[in-house]
Amino acid sequence: MTVLAPAPRPAETPSRLGQVRNWLTNPKYGPVIVTAVLLVGMLVAGAFRYRGFTNPQVIANLFIDNAYLLVLAVGMTFVILTGGIDLSVGAVLAMSTMITASLLQSGWSPGVIIPLVLVLTSFLGLLVGLMIHYFQIQPFIATLAAMFLARGLCYVISNTTISIVDPVFVALAQTRIPILPRLSITPSVIIAIFVVAAAVFVLHYTRLGRTVYAIGGSEQSGVLMGLPVARTKVLVYVISGFCSGLAGVLYSFYTLSGYALTAIGTELDAIAAVVIGGTLLTGGYGFVLGSVLGVLVLGTIQTLITFDGNLTSWWTRIFIGALLLVFIILQKVLTARRV
Amino acid sequence: MTEPQPAVSMEDITITFPGVKALDAVSFRMFPGEVHSLMGENGAGKSTLIKALTGVYRIDSGVITLGGEQVSFSGTADAQEAGISTVYQEVNLLTNLTVAENIMLGREPRRFGAIDWRATRKRAVELLERLHLDIDPNSRLGSHSLAVQQLIAIARATDFNARVLILDEPTSSLDADEVQELFRIIRELKADGVAILFVSHFLDQVYEISDRLTVLRNGALVGEYLTDEILRIELVQKMIGKELTVLDALERKTKAQTVDEDELVPYIRALGLSRKGSIEPIDLEVYEGEVVGLAGLLGSGRTELARILSGVDRADAGTLTVAGSSARFRTPRQAIHERVVYSSENRRSEGILDELTVRDNIALALQADRGWFRPIPKKRQNELAESYIQALNIRPANPDALLKHLSGGNQQKVLLARWLAIAPRLLILDEPTRGIDVGAKAEIQKLVSNLAENGMSVVYISAELEEVLRLSHRIAVMRDRRMVADIDNDDLITDDLLAIIADGAETEVVA
Repeated sequence: MTVLAPAPRPAETPSRLGQVRNWLTNPKYGPVIVTAVLLVGMLVAGAFRYRGFTNPQVIANLFIDNAYLLVLAVGMTFVILTGGIDLSVGAVLAMSTMITASLLQSGWSPGVIIPLVLVLTSFLGLLVGLMIHYFQIQPFIATLAAMFLARGLCYVISNTTISIVDPVFVALAQTRIPILPRLSITPSVIIAIFVVAAAVFVLHYTRLGRTVYAIGGSEQSGVLMGLPVARTKVLVYVISGFCSGLAGVLYSFYTLSGYALTAIGTELDAIAAVVIGGTLLTGGYGFVLGSVLGVLVLGTIQTLITFDGNLTSWWTRIFIGALLLVFIILQKVLTARRV
Repeated sequence: MTEPQPAVSMEDITITFPGVKALDAVSFRMFPGEVHSLMGENGAGKSTLIKALTGVYRIDSGVITLGGEQVSFSGTADAQEAGISTVYQEVNLLTNLTVAENIMLGREPRRFGAIDWRATRKRAVELLERLHLDIDPNSRLGSHSLAVQQLIAIARATDFNARVLILDEPTSSLDADEVQELFRIIRELKADGVAILFVSHFLDQVYEISDRLTVLRNGALVGEYLTDEILRIELVQKMIGKELTVLDALERKTKAQTVDEDELVPYIRALGLSRKGSIEPIDLEVYEGEVVGLAGLLGSGRTELARILSGVDRADAGTLTVAGSSARFRTPRQAIHERVVYSSENRRSEGILDELTVRDNIALALQADRGWFRPIPKKRQNELAESYIQALNIRPANPDALLKHLSGGNQQKVLLARWLAIAPRLLILDEPTRGIDVGAKAEIQKLVSNLAENGMSVVYISAELEEVLRLSHRIAVMRDRRMVADIDNDDLITDDLLAIIADGAETEVVA
């Protein structure tokens, strides 16, 4: 049929600049591109400014130090893509480290503890998801409740630091896997990368993943299209719970201890990473790989400040705050002319 | 001759909403290979019946059988599983995903557990080609017009290997050629033995495509007829339940008395009003008691002009004079303060609040105008609601009914009531009668002309030229974001207007 007037497609104007603008204002890709450019810019600036920054191990360390945050951000991406939010991830992470540390102390085997922790945190996510869907509680409130619950349970277990001396954990914490001469990573990085890969697969190659995007686009339409909206909405909180548990395990590899006050505010880091990574807080647009970029941006800020040496680590927070603000405004500006 | 077994049969279906009996023991059946039109005014229960059949609403009582087997759907997925697919009046697709994803969502072909994107796109293209649509499957749905989105929704629906296809107002955003294309598809599906439920307010289309009609009125069944055996006049009578003469009286001569422009000042005068990327500079005057029709194709700048006049969008350049003094609207609030109000074409997203009651919806603008520190007393709100329910014949006549339970036509009346409650001087109506049945349409038109006779200025936007011609004293024609003509509506006929809309530059001289 030729009667349909084609929708005006700016892509048809051949101007190079117009095309760039078109990509940037696309709510799907624009913010991710900006984040990638920013990350590269920061790394290049660091390389010029600080000696030793060009060492590839600096990049590897970004992954090593932020493996747990990568896993958290993956779970958070699922939740935010549906238009929800999960404030409980930091506290659940802490709970996971506490359970791990205290059970190890009482002599349980790591082979039992790790699966148990993952099941427990997934179950907590399930409860939260059911609460949100069936009682129509705001995700903000439901996960806030879960946050207090998890943090409280940490203190029930112990209010002091529990060290981990289990040989398996110590080995996992200290193992360095060489990938190039003078370049090595930890097992945690491999786990985190595996989680990221799995998330990319689920989001882009399974119906579950497509339904996540559909819910973020319009829950009502998703229902009318016959998609399993209820199941999926609950499932994203289970995924987030699982990721928080796993992040807790990675965190205990990293710190070799469990502590009730650990990772306070980490949920906000995860949210910041996801948003800086280009996922719209209203849902429907975003990529897991964007969130990975977001985590790396946060990590790079931290690294730059460490290299500088003159700034206290609190400047990290200030930069992240400023960056977040810029990105939210950017999202608004870039997507405003569309719709 | 024994009748074949119906593809669908619904018997004695009753559905009750709080305060409203939406369906009262309605029976309905569809045969394979037949197009069955569901007829009725807004609020007759058509949408409710469809939602009962597609598993959106639970039925309170009654029996649904599909191919001879009794079924009970607990959700839309169930109904789709059983072979009932639906294209809703408001396109329910996802603007954040691509065309191919929208068509195939939930049914993507998989290989080794992963979605096979190549096969998915291929299938989507096949389905689009079946409808002869040349659309890039990788483009974002949101980048297409509503008409195209509608056709994409139909492409999606035809992939369910549906036994029953429900098309709820599929033609409301299509042009004549697109409608013919749709009908071709319908006939093909019909030949394949699909039972098709067709809902449209256009009688011509109903008579052209359907084999059988079922008429509903006020949530009750009026009867089932063969299309060949019922005259249009009879059909309309059955739909509105009034003698046709009443309707005729409403329809005839709705145009208000012509005003004498020499004596009056224009209530609003725009000079060179423009906005970058929206409209080119436009001059427009609207006198007191005058109805100015804005005609033009979709996307010609009609709505954009209305939005600028009412402060929704800001003008970049030009001046605006309201009631003799110059004005500059930055927000709708400022415009409302000057008694310039705008009723949007997007009733659902920019008009009604469907979780609130009729009373709350009506009182809203007045309350906002008074300021939140001076709440309108409950008693006064009730009086307000009652009086408008009566004046505009809003059904159900219950101020406590939730807006989401009202039909489109009644929601529109509530919107009008909301604005009338603050006594506007200039009322800008954008497509107030779209998707509304004959009866409600005539009522709204009558109301507009009464308001103008009482001195209100009205800007009336409609895609339906007959309506613009019938109501307006003067018609401004928009084309490609410019105003191409501003003519007195003396003895204009549709063809004149069509000529201007199609080829404004030449006729500008005539005008």
